[in-house]
Amino acid sequence: MEIVVCVKQVPDTTEVKIDPVTNTLIRQGVPSIVNPFDKNAVEAAIQLKEKHGGKVTVISMGPPQAKDALKECLAMGADEALLVSDRAFGGADTLATSYTLAAAIRKIGKVDMIICGKQAIDGDTAQVGPEIAEHLDWAQVTCVFKIEVDGQKVRLEREHDEGYEVIETQMPVLLTVLKSINEPRYSTVKGTMKANRREIPVLTAGDMEVDPQHLGLKGSPTQVRRIFTPKQRVQGELIQADSSRAAASMLVQKLSEAKLV
Amino acid sequence: MQFQLNEEQIMMQKLVHDFAEKQVAPGAAERDAKEEFSREIADAMGEMGFTGICFPEKYGGAEADVLSYILAVEELSRVDAGVGITLSATVSLCAWPIYAYGTEEQKQRFLVPLAEGTKLGAFGLTEPNAGTDAASQQTVAVAKGDHYILNGSKIFITNAGEAEIYVVFAITDRSKGVKGITAFVMEKGMPGFSFGKKEHKLGIHSSMTNELIFQDVKVPKENMLGKEGEGFKIAMSTLDGGRIGVAAQALGIAQAALEHSIKYSKERVQFGKPIANNQAIAFMLADMATKVDAARLLVYRAAYLKDQGLPYSKEAAMAKMFASDIAMEVTSDAIQIFGGYGYSREYPVERLMRDAKITQIYEGTNQVQRIVVSASVLR
Repeated sequence: MEIVVCVKQVPDTTEVKIDPVTNTLIRQGVPSIVNPFDKNAVEAAIQLKEKHGGKVTVISMGPPQAKDALKECLAMGADEALLVSDRAFGGADTLATSYTLAAAIRKIGKVDMIICGKQAIDGDTAQVGPEIAEHLDWAQVTCVFKIEVDGQKVRLEREHDEGYEVIETQMPVLLTVLKSINEPRYSTVKGTMKANRREIPVLTAGDMEVDPQHLGLKGSPTQVRRIFTPKQRVQGELIQADSSRAAASMLVQKLSEAKLV
Repeated sequence: MQFQLNEEQIMMQKLVHDFAEKQVAPGAAERDAKEEFSREIADAMGEMGFTGICFPEKYGGAEADVLSYILAVEELSRVDAGVGITLSATVSLCAWPIYAYGTEEQKQRFLVPLAEGTKLGAFGLTEPNAGTDAASQQTVAVAKGDHYILNGSKIFITNAGEAEIYVVFAITDRSKGVKGITAFVMEKGMPGFSFGKKEHKLGIHSSMTNELIFQDVKVPKENMLGKEGEGFKIAMSTLDGGRIGVAAQALGIAQAALEHSIKYSKERVQFGKPIANNQAIAFMLADMATKVDAARLLVYRAAYLKDQGLPYSKEAAMAKMFASDIAMEVTSDAIQIFGGYGYSREYPVERLMRDAKITQIYEGTNQVQRIVVSASVLR
């Protein structure tokens, strides 16, 4: 089984700081990590490889320092890594990013499955994975928390708002996975050493069959006007009492005091 | 002059940091309260490869450098100093002398499982009446044909009872003084080799400290480490390296105290403002941060010298002495910043102070370190 996992390097913080002038992420001084959902995707791919054989290739589109994220995935047990990097890709929105990644995956050759994390913790769009499937004209199943492979047949369980679905499909297929699918393994010291000594090949715009009009800022219909952190809501009051009855009467009292009931 | 970690060292630091935060930190307070050693964590560290960081691949290691290993001890000690010393005792005090003085056969038998993390190691030198005066050993090994018969006991032994492999020192010829001490590799399960009572300590509760008891233990000659009479030299050179490990442990504790203090003083509001806005607190934090950084530079330099194959005995003593004194100071300052809460077991800083104290004592008291340093500068 040839599996490709798409990973993104993101700032290691839940409180992303935005430059008020350029409306882009402030990356300076913020350590970078592999997007946590993508680690679940790498783990899922490695588990499939361990069970069914094959190869796991991790790819990332990003600046040269995204190699660190790829090395972390190699240390976990991925076989190959590929960085898709070019100045021409800068400023890409999800459409341009997915277009570029799809082109890079075509370049890899025969691929049976693409696994992505559900979304990245910085942009939170959850769009790039599904869009890659569209560019490639592949089937896609999002929010997966269980994968079973039987020959070319893939049986998936996916979560949605009202429960879960069991879906059966054929390879090739693109999946996005949830955190609940697995617990990503730690890389070992030896794995880290080996990964660090690996050369990560870089794919540039010139290496792929792409239309320059669809790359980077030029290929991005989405223009961000403003990003802001929503004001934190005032914290509610927690009513604590020995019994639920006592708590209920305290609540009623407070509500009536506030003339809400 | 290079003041930055290289890419490999940064990756190693991050790897251990993540492991420490996720696997070690959550149970640290509980292990402290219960005086509980976690074999699970020790085994997990083995699986991760922490014990093999600085040994060659052919002996089961990862062939990284000493500084990478020191970063691991620091990161672990930052969340649980007992776990930090569990690693340091295995690597610096047991695996290292076997690597440095063992025969090829001994390295295959003992170093490989230690480096691969399937076995834990320990080091037995101290006796009830032979602390700093390590030469006045009472444990005796008498040659008898193809083996030695060992009798005596060792106290305050880190990892004792849990470890499978022990580097132990005994007198083989009393008339020769320090030149009559010999090192042996002992294995758990040897008939006559048992463990005494568990030590109840001020701090580092999550590390195992126990007594080793030898009653007519038959030790094959192939378990002798180095040559007969080389024991004292092996012990002293092992402690030189062990000091960098303890220095890293102290550094990790001090770093934790600093981080807790910064966080708390920004959050704790008195008189309508965070206490960090008071210069009295802010200047304390400035002093603490400066001391911790100074200690870090000494510790990393000692590791660097060892990596380069340069003499490091004096520098290791300086690093151990300074980092442990700093650890004691900044952990005490941290409690001061936390005030009443700092004195309470509800908060982590009192544990840090209890843990810090031992770093001024073991691997040679800080007075001994001053003897080492002064002897070197007065030479």
